[in-house]
Amino acid sequence: MASSGEALLEVRDLHVEFETDSGTVPAVRGVDLEVRAGETVALVGESGCGKSVTALSVMRLMTGRVASGEIRFGGQNLAALSEADMRRVRGAQIGMIFQEPMTSLNPVFRVGQQIQEVLVLHQKLSTVAARAQALDLLERVGIPSPRTRIDQYPHELSGGMKQRVMIAIAIACKPKLLIADEPTTALDVTIQAQIMALLKSLQQELGMAVLLITHDLGVVAHAAERVDVMYAGKIVEHGSVRDIFKRPAHPYTQALLGALPHPLAPAERLEAIPGRVPAPTMLPPGCAFCARCKHAFAPCPTELPPLLDVAPPHVAACWLHDPKRATADRAAKPI
Amino acid sequence: MIEQAFPQAEQLAPTETPFRQVWRSFRKDKLAMAGLYVLSTMLLLALVGKLLTEWWIVFDPATVRLPDKLRPPLSTPSAHLLKEQLPTWGIYLFGTDELGRNVFARMLLGSFVSLSIGFVAVSISLVIGVTLGGVAGFYGQRKWGPVSIDALIMRFTDVVLCFPTFFLILTVVALLPPSIYNIMAVIGATSWMGTARFVRAEFLSLRERDFVTAAHALGLPEWRIIFRHMVPNALSPVLVSATIDVAYAILTESALSFLGFGVRPPFATWGNILADGRTFIFDAPWLFAIPGTAILIVVLAFNLVGEGLRDAMNPRLRKRAS
Repeated sequence: MASSGEALLEVRDLHVEFETDSGTVPAVRGVDLEVRAGETVALVGESGCGKSVTALSVMRLMTGRVASGEIRFGGQNLAALSEADMRRVRGAQIGMIFQEPMTSLNPVFRVGQQIQEVLVLHQKLSTVAARAQALDLLERVGIPSPRTRIDQYPHELSGGMKQRVMIAIAIACKPKLLIADEPTTALDVTIQAQIMALLKSLQQELGMAVLLITHDLGVVAHAAERVDVMYAGKIVEHGSVRDIFKRPAHPYTQALLGALPHPLAPAERLEAIPGRVPAPTMLPPGCAFCARCKHAFAPCPTELPPLLDVAPPHVAACWLHDPKRATADRAAKPI
Repeated sequence: MIEQAFPQAEQLAPTETPFRQVWRSFRKDKLAMAGLYVLSTMLLLALVGKLLTEWWIVFDPATVRLPDKLRPPLSTPSAHLLKEQLPTWGIYLFGTDELGRNVFARMLLGSFVSLSIGFVAVSISLVIGVTLGGVAGFYGQRKWGPVSIDALIMRFTDVVLCFPTFFLILTVVALLPPSIYNIMAVIGATSWMGTARFVRAEFLSLRERDFVTAAHALGLPEWRIIFRHMVPNALSPVLVSATIDVAYAILTESALSFLGFGVRPPFATWGNILADGRTFIFDAPWLFAIPGTAILIVVLAFNLVGEGLRDAMNPRLRKRAS
């Protein structure tokens, strides 16, 4: 990952484990991630691949254990901060929005109170000033009649509006980084587009970086500048949006793109990826995708591919991109 | 700005607070409303009673009129009384006891004592129960030595639950100097287990809820998340059980006083009026019937209100879950 410009968030070799009754389960196995100031990076992958765990580790909000790795944010190592210092980062410097707007707001408090709470906490505003600011924020996230809405309870708002409120809370303290964990998954398609447009415009307005976690490649194509594709707890491909969509290098990315319905060719059968994600307790020593991969060959099941250059900074963790093995081994004995 | 962009945009219904929603549904429950009316009347009577028997003595519960002992309800005083011994309104509304004391005055004072014991004892048990249950539910996973905090607290709760509470109270009351405050404290300290379990169960589910994670993600300190965000959401089952617990506390106090371990004379409570009356059960049945009925009515009213509350809060729980 060659970096140009200042890295705002830098995750190095992150390992996260969960202790369960059946032993230690590795959920994230060595993730490298970089988000520069002001840009949008998408973290893509199917359910259970560890993308949310990665995001929650950045916020240190996980029940699992960070086994090793470093999370640097604006020059400080978040993994080493005290809990009190970490609280000053959360909400103030890193905002987060969640997948389920329906349940992410506290049902017993008015919307306005929940926005004011962060402002009072981090910016030490008075209640009156915080309320004025909350009104302003509601207006900025495009909620009609903010004066009425501010005194309403979450159950009186629609899903899209609740997500707007969540965004208002997340950006209330003008964070440098916004982590959006599947912000549109629970919403209608039309609302999805509105929310993504809103995020985009707020990002430009506030100059914040966005780490967008999603499994929706359509959203990625529009919103992100760079993409990290995750599979079974590892980054398998990294590149610019253009690289990923035009020249996907990892068979998993290719399969993901192949599984997308195309609006202009609706009659054809969609390409499903055969099999399923291996359980984190039963990962092969080699590439985790090899059992489902069309191109798997000799080294795949036994040797773990590192991120190999495709056309830097575009990299993919696939032996196909190792010129020596790809030609020699593959020609000899395809699996 | 946006309001101007969509001038006709929204006709919003007035906002309803969660309290109002519960009230709207509670109001439809006739039995519960009857219970609420009875309770409000009783509370009012208790306050007025305290006022009129202790501070501005209209009804004197302590005046002894030996010539007029064991008069039935609604009887008039005999001619032998001194002027200051005459009952207010010139009538014994609830009769007199074996010392000729006005039972109506004693009942007024007793309702304040009995109800306040109920409320204070339940407040104590709520504080203990919510704290212990909350800690067990929130910090449960953490270890303290080889055992988790959750296991430690909940097994302690189970141990306390195993004691035959009433006999524990009897023992403690026998050891402590007799006073209303000790009785309140003892009843409170032996009735928090249900609350602790409720709160723990609610906290275990609340802890995993998205809005709690979201509150963490905003950098709120833990105490604030517990008390501002989680406790209000865990309150509805606790409130219901607390309402019914007040009834139990009143019953417990009556039973204690009946056995002579409770509030000592000259303080009147429903329990010790009843206890005094049992000696004259055939000669003066009003002496046990009146406090007995009062206990029955209040306990019944608390139970009705508690059940009404539970029904009123349930639809909200269902709505929240979906």
